[in-house]
Amino acid sequence: MRALVWHGTHDVRVDNVPDPKLLNPRDAIVRVTSTAICGSDLHLYDNYIPTLQKGDILGHEFMGEVVETGPEVKNLRVGDRVAIPFTISCGSCFFCTSDLWSLCDNGNPNAEMAETMWGFSTAGMFGYSHLTGGYAGGQAEYVRVPYADVGPIKIPDGLPDDEVLFLTDIFPTGFMAAENCNIQPGDTIAVWGCGPVGQFAIRSAFMLGAHRVIALDRFPERLRMAREGGAEALDYTDVGNTLDVVDMLRDMTGGRGPDACIDAVGMEAHGIGLEGWYDKVKHVTQMQTERPIALRQAIQACRKGGVVSIPGVYGGLADKIPLGAMMNKGLTLRMGQTHMHRYLQPLLGHVEEGKIDPSFVITHRLPLDEAPEGYRIFRDKQDECIKVVLKP
Amino acid sequence: MQSLPSEVHPVEEHDQKQDTNVGDAERFVSVLAGTAVALAGLGRGRGAGIAAAAAGAALVHRGVTGHCHVYDAAGIDTSDKGRIEQAVAMLPANRALHVERVFTVARSPEDLYNFWRKLENLPQFMQHLERVEVLDERRSHWVAKGPAGTDIEWDAEILEDAPNQRITWRSLEGADVANDGTVRFEPAVAGRGTEVRVSLSYSPPAGKLGATVARLFGENPEQQVRDDLRRFKSLMEAGEIPTTEGQPSGRN
Repeated sequence: MRALVWHGTHDVRVDNVPDPKLLNPRDAIVRVTSTAICGSDLHLYDNYIPTLQKGDILGHEFMGEVVETGPEVKNLRVGDRVAIPFTISCGSCFFCTSDLWSLCDNGNPNAEMAETMWGFSTAGMFGYSHLTGGYAGGQAEYVRVPYADVGPIKIPDGLPDDEVLFLTDIFPTGFMAAENCNIQPGDTIAVWGCGPVGQFAIRSAFMLGAHRVIALDRFPERLRMAREGGAEALDYTDVGNTLDVVDMLRDMTGGRGPDACIDAVGMEAHGIGLEGWYDKVKHVTQMQTERPIALRQAIQACRKGGVVSIPGVYGGLADKIPLGAMMNKGLTLRMGQTHMHRYLQPLLGHVEEGKIDPSFVITHRLPLDEAPEGYRIFRDKQDECIKVVLKP
Repeated sequence: MQSLPSEVHPVEEHDQKQDTNVGDAERFVSVLAGTAVALAGLGRGRGAGIAAAAAGAALVHRGVTGHCHVYDAAGIDTSDKGRIEQAVAMLPANRALHVERVFTVARSPEDLYNFWRKLENLPQFMQHLERVEVLDERRSHWVAKGPAGTDIEWDAEILEDAPNQRITWRSLEGADVANDGTVRFEPAVAGRGTEVRVSLSYSPPAGKLGATVARLFGENPEQQVRDDLRRFKSLMEAGEIPTTEGQPSGRN
């Protein structure tokens, strides 16, 4: 089959590789009909996630048609249309049964490796380095789906791929980020990053009753899309450094500060001036694995007793996190990989009822063979690229 | 601001294939210390400052990858693998190697005991075991995969069998590797499953055979017990053991 294979930093190619086969009784094989490039795939593309290996197949946002099922998969039939959550969770361990699916105990064959980094392991993930299992991803013609009896959600025939594809990651991820804000009537939510997850966080915050959403980014097309979602959008390069951003947000909220702040940027944030350079130098010299500029701003800007919600991906260690601000302002920090299985059915319901059409975020549609070009323009934010969908 | 140019990136590809020769505790300290040294370095004047910053970077690298170039050059290995090899080499005859590990499994003690007590089941999660044949109520014959395709076999007996609580066994006279083990099943608090605690002792003979034995029970017996128990947990909770062996990649 054809699949998008990582060869090295900024070097991905569509290669011929063997077809996947069933390896465990709860596996299914899915023929991919649509797949997308995620912002977090860019961390892999840029080689910021350790333990990625040459030859790994990427991709964790994909949907398609079931073509084969293992003997223990009783809920799916060949021909079913399914969307697949990006986390690989068993459904029966303490964490899955506690509705904390991304913390599954039995999804990661390389749990030992993750335990060295984090103390304990997360669930497995498709196409996202060996730290999270080394599973072959879905930017391919076919993919093997473990624990297929609890993961995939069946998609009714009437709904086109474009409207349901993002149930596989970014819609639930943006939704959980907003849900973690514990939104109360009258609340203002500030969102750092207007990439796809930020866009879904903005819309989810309104769905959950936010009064206002203030969104920060530096690309006009992303700010425009945020405004279309109802947010007040700020270009932070016009505002200034962290202190200026904090001042601006305080002014915009009657001197109180946003009630909750969402860091939808993660480990590769871009700072301004000295602060940006500080993180860049430390990152390049391997003295930290993240550039936590958005997080730093979110913590500083958040009102007393507020919530900082982190859907942005971090993997290792970061420096100059304002612990004093967190402690003395009594902030609550909520984060984690998305507990996907918790959100699939309710959010599919929102799509079916027409409350949201997630396809608004798509800016580019390419055949799978042009995926390397898709990575390049997405990474370089060329051609107003916000979301790339690939068709195998 | 542009992202990083392609020639500088935090993890060089070749690093990921290097052997680990730095122990876990030391790795974690390396990451923390490296960050501190580098920070101090950046705060100082030119020469010493840059040298300190570089030293800090090397420490972080060593922590994240588990590979130390200095150790490599000096022939030092503080990883578990290195420690165990040294330990085995220094073992006098009949001195036991002891490992113990605990995992919580979301099943009842009864279920777990019943599965384990059918000794034929053990090779399903104990990776080095080929098969276990039950000879009678107490005695069994164990076959393990040895180095270079050879099998190593021995007989064992159950010393203590407390249903739903505890099983203790030991190898019988004549085993190449005298070994014994206990598995305990204790209910975890508030219905959180069962705490499964395994302790194993191996008494590898000294000399060449000792080295063979070390390979048989893994270069790192503690990790092997950990891996086996994790497989047991997955098998009991999920009904299967997660794997990627046999999946496609651009390498095959």
